[in-house]
Amino acid sequence: MLRFWLVKLLRATVTLWLVVTSVFIVLRTSGDPVQSLLPPDATIEEIEQFREAWGLDRPLTEQYAKYVVNMATGDFGKSYRDGRQVTTIIAERVPWTLFLGLTAYAVAVLLGVPLGILAAIRRNTFVDRLIMSFAVFGFALPNFFFGILLILLFSLNLRMLPSSGTGTWMHVIMPAATLGLTTAGALARFTRSAMLDVLGKVYIRAAAAKGVSFAGRILRHALPNAAIPVVTVMGLNLGALLGGAIVVETVFAWPGVGRLLVSSVSSRDLAVVQALVLMIAATMVVANLTVDLLYGVLDPRIRVASKD
Amino acid sequence: MNDHPPGAVISLRDVSVSLPEGSDRKYAIRNVSFDLKAGEILCVVGESGSGKSVTAQAIMGLLPGNLRCESGSIQFAGRDLLRVDDTERRAITGRQIAMIFQEPTAALNPVFRVGDLVAETFRIHTKLSGTQIRQKVLDLFREVRLPEPERLYNNYPHQLSGGQCQRVMIATALALQPQVLIADEPTTALDVTTQAQILKLLLDLRRETGTSIIFITHDFGVVAELADRVAVMRHGEVVEIGTHQQVLQHPQHDYTKALIAAVPKLEAGAPRTFNGPAVLQATHIRKSFRSGGNFFSRGRSVDAVADVDVTLHRGETLGLVGESGSGKSTLAQCIIRLIDPNAGEINIDGVRFSDLDKKALRHARAKIQIVFQDPYSALDPRQKIGEAIAEGPMIHGMYGGEARTRARSLLKDVGLDPEAFDRYPHEFSGGQRQRICIARALALDPLLLIADEAVSALDVSIQAQILELLAKLQKERAFAMLFITHDLRVASKICDRIAVMRQGRIIEQATPADILLHPQQDYTRELLAAVPGAQHRESA
Repeated sequence: MLRFWLVKLLRATVTLWLVVTSVFIVLRTSGDPVQSLLPPDATIEEIEQFREAWGLDRPLTEQYAKYVVNMATGDFGKSYRDGRQVTTIIAERVPWTLFLGLTAYAVAVLLGVPLGILAAIRRNTFVDRLIMSFAVFGFALPNFFFGILLILLFSLNLRMLPSSGTGTWMHVIMPAATLGLTTAGALARFTRSAMLDVLGKVYIRAAAAKGVSFAGRILRHALPNAAIPVVTVMGLNLGALLGGAIVVETVFAWPGVGRLLVSSVSSRDLAVVQALVLMIAATMVVANLTVDLLYGVLDPRIRVASKD
Repeated sequence: MNDHPPGAVISLRDVSVSLPEGSDRKYAIRNVSFDLKAGEILCVVGESGSGKSVTAQAIMGLLPGNLRCESGSIQFAGRDLLRVDDTERRAITGRQIAMIFQEPTAALNPVFRVGDLVAETFRIHTKLSGTQIRQKVLDLFREVRLPEPERLYNNYPHQLSGGQCQRVMIATALALQPQVLIADEPTTALDVTTQAQILKLLLDLRRETGTSIIFITHDFGVVAELADRVAVMRHGEVVEIGTHQQVLQHPQHDYTKALIAAVPKLEAGAPRTFNGPAVLQATHIRKSFRSGGNFFSRGRSVDAVADVDVTLHRGETLGLVGESGSGKSTLAQCIIRLIDPNAGEINIDGVRFSDLDKKALRHARAKIQIVFQDPYSALDPRQKIGEAIAEGPMIHGMYGGEARTRARSLLKDVGLDPEAFDRYPHEFSGGQRQRICIARALALDPLLLIADEAVSALDVSIQAQILELLAKLQKERAFAMLFITHDLRVASKICDRIAVMRQGRIIEQATPADILLHPQQDYTRELLAAVPGAQHRESA
C-alpha cells in the first residue's frame, strides 16, 4: 500500500516538474516583459537596470535552474508590477476563488448527481428527456455566454441581482450558478449512464429477489457502484472549475485568482503567472490523487487487491 | 377447475406474458400452467428463448419493465402473486420465495462484504439484533458448506471462487427458510466438479428443510440427477410435464424426444487411426504469467502452461478437456502464437512456427484458424457475412470475385443458403452464426482448426448439429482439429484422443474409450463422476 502511494506521489512530482518547465519555456518565448511593464519611452539604462534587478540578463539555463530551485523551496519571487511577494498577492485572492469554486461545486454535485439518478430511474420518459435536454444545454453553452445571459436577465431586466463585484451573499449567486450549472450538466449525464449500467446488473435483480425496497436498491446497492465512474468525473471537474473560474471571474469582476491570472498575463508579470499556473496544476494533481484515493475507498476490488 | 390443488405450494394457471411490439413472437410465455408440490424439485427444461427464465421472473415479480403479465394467476399461500401490491410482494420475495441466479459472481454486489449481503435479508425481514444476525449468517455459511465462515464473512465477492459465490447466494436465499426456492440455471457457469457439489448441496438442503425447488436448466444431465418432476418448455409454452420417469424414459412430445436424443452422452465414437505426418508438433510448451506485481516488485509467477507436448495428425481431432483455469485456452493461444510461450518448440506442417518473425507469422497463420465460443461477438455486426468469409482469402492474395464465389459455396457447405451472402450477422440465430464462423475459418483451407469451446454457448439440439457439421467437414477436408471444451460428453463424441488438463499440465491422454472406461488419474475419475447424469445412467 505504501509503495502504491510512493509511486503515485512520484508521478505527481514529475507532472508538476513538467508543468513548471513548460511554463518557463512558454513565458520566455512569448515576449519580453520589459516592453509591457516599462513605459515605451524608458531609457536604455532604465531597461538594463530592470533586467538586472529581475535576473533577466542572466543566461537562460541559469535562470531556469534558479527558477526551479526557487519553486521547489516555495520562493515564488516578487511581482514585477508592484514588487510585493507573489505569495502574498495570491494569498489575498485564493479565499475568493475557493469560496466561488466550492459554492459552484456544491451546486454542480447537489444538482447534477440527483438529476442523473432521477433520469436513470425514469429512463426514456418525459422526465429523463427534460433532464437530459437541460444537461446538454448546460455543458454545450460556453460559460462566458451563459454568464452574460444571466446578467442580462437578472441584473438588467429584472434588477434582482448585482451584475458584478462582491459585498453581499447575492453577489455570489450568478457566478456560482454560471460555473456550477455547466458542470452539473456533465455530471448529470455521467451519473445517468453510470446508473443505467449498474441498474442492469444481476446483483440489482438479486437484491430485489431478497425483498430490498426500491429506494434501498437505488441508494444502497446501485449508487455505491455507480459512484466509481462518477467520482472520476467529479475529480476532473474540480480542476476544470478552477480553470473555468478564470472566465467567470472576469465576466463578473470577481476578485479571485482567475482574474489575477488574466491581468498578470496581459501585463507579463512572469513571477505571478508562473506561481498561478503551478498552483492550478497542483490543484489538478491533488484532485487526481484524491480520486485515486477515493477509488480505493469505494471499490473493494482495488482496496483489497492492493493489500495483498 | 380447482385453482389451488391440495399439496401444491405454487400453482400457475394460464400465465401469459406478452413481448413488446416488434419482437419475433407475441408472447414470452403463453398459457403456462403447472403446480409445484411441497418438498418437490420441479425441473423446467428448455432451450434459449423457451421462456423458462421469464416464467421464474413472473413468479418472483421481477419481470423486466418492457414485459407485462397479460393474464392468468399464480396462487401462493392463498394469494394471487400477479395481483399483490408492492408491500405484500416484498414481504413474500426473499422471505417465502427466494431465488438464485445463473452467474453467481455477477449476482453478488461487489462493494459489499459477502456476510453483509446475507445479513441484509435478515435486516429487511426480521427484527433480530446485529449479533444475532451475524450468528445466523455464520450458521448458514456452515449449512451451505462454506469453508472458514468467520474469515469468509468479511471477504468481498471478488475474493471468492464461482462455486463459493453460488454457495453465498444459496445461503442468502435460504436465510429465512423459504417455502420455495427458484434456481435459474445456477450451475451453468460453473465447472463440472463444482456443479456436482452444488447439485448435491441442493438435494441435501431439500432433504433437511423440505424446501420446494423450481430448477431451471437446459441440461438434461442435470435434470436426470435432480428432478422429481420435469416440465419441458418450447417457444413460451409448456409442451410436456410429468414425473422424472415419465419424461426421461417415455417422452410423449416429439420436441422432448428430440431434446433428449440431442443430449451428448458419455460414449466414445468409433476409433480411427492416423498414420500420416503430424500437422502439429508442439514440445515442451511453457507459459507463465506474473500476478500482483507493481513498480517495485515483480510479483509471483504462475505457470499457466507447464511443459506440455501436443501432437496432431492430418484429419485427427484432439480434445483438450479441463476446468476453468486449467490452461487449455492459454495452450491453444501459445500454439498459434496469439501469445508467445516462454519456452518450447512448435512445428506446424514442417514449419518451425516458434521461430517465425512477425511478417512470416502473419502469412503462416492462414494455415491455422480458430472458431470461438461466442458466435455473437465473433462476427463484426457491420460486415456482411459473405464479405466476412471472403475477407481472409483476399488478404492472403485471392482475387475478390473468386473469393466471393468460394464464400457462397462455403455457405452451402455449412448448411446455409448461398443467397445469405449479403445479410448481416444480426439476422441469424446463434447456431447459424456459428456455422458462419466455421465457414469463415475454413475459407483459408486451414491444416489446423482450433475450436475453442465452439459449441459451449449453444443449445443442445444446435450443439449436436454443429458437432455433426464439424465431423462431416473434417472428413471431406482432412484438417486436424484441436477441440477445447470443458464438457467430457462433447469431447467423447467428436475426439479421437482426449487430453485432460489440470493446473497447466496434461495429466492424462488417451482415446475416449480408454478415458471413459479405464481412467488412470484420480482427477479424470472425478471429472467423469461429476458429469451430470452420469450416476443416473449407471444406476439405470
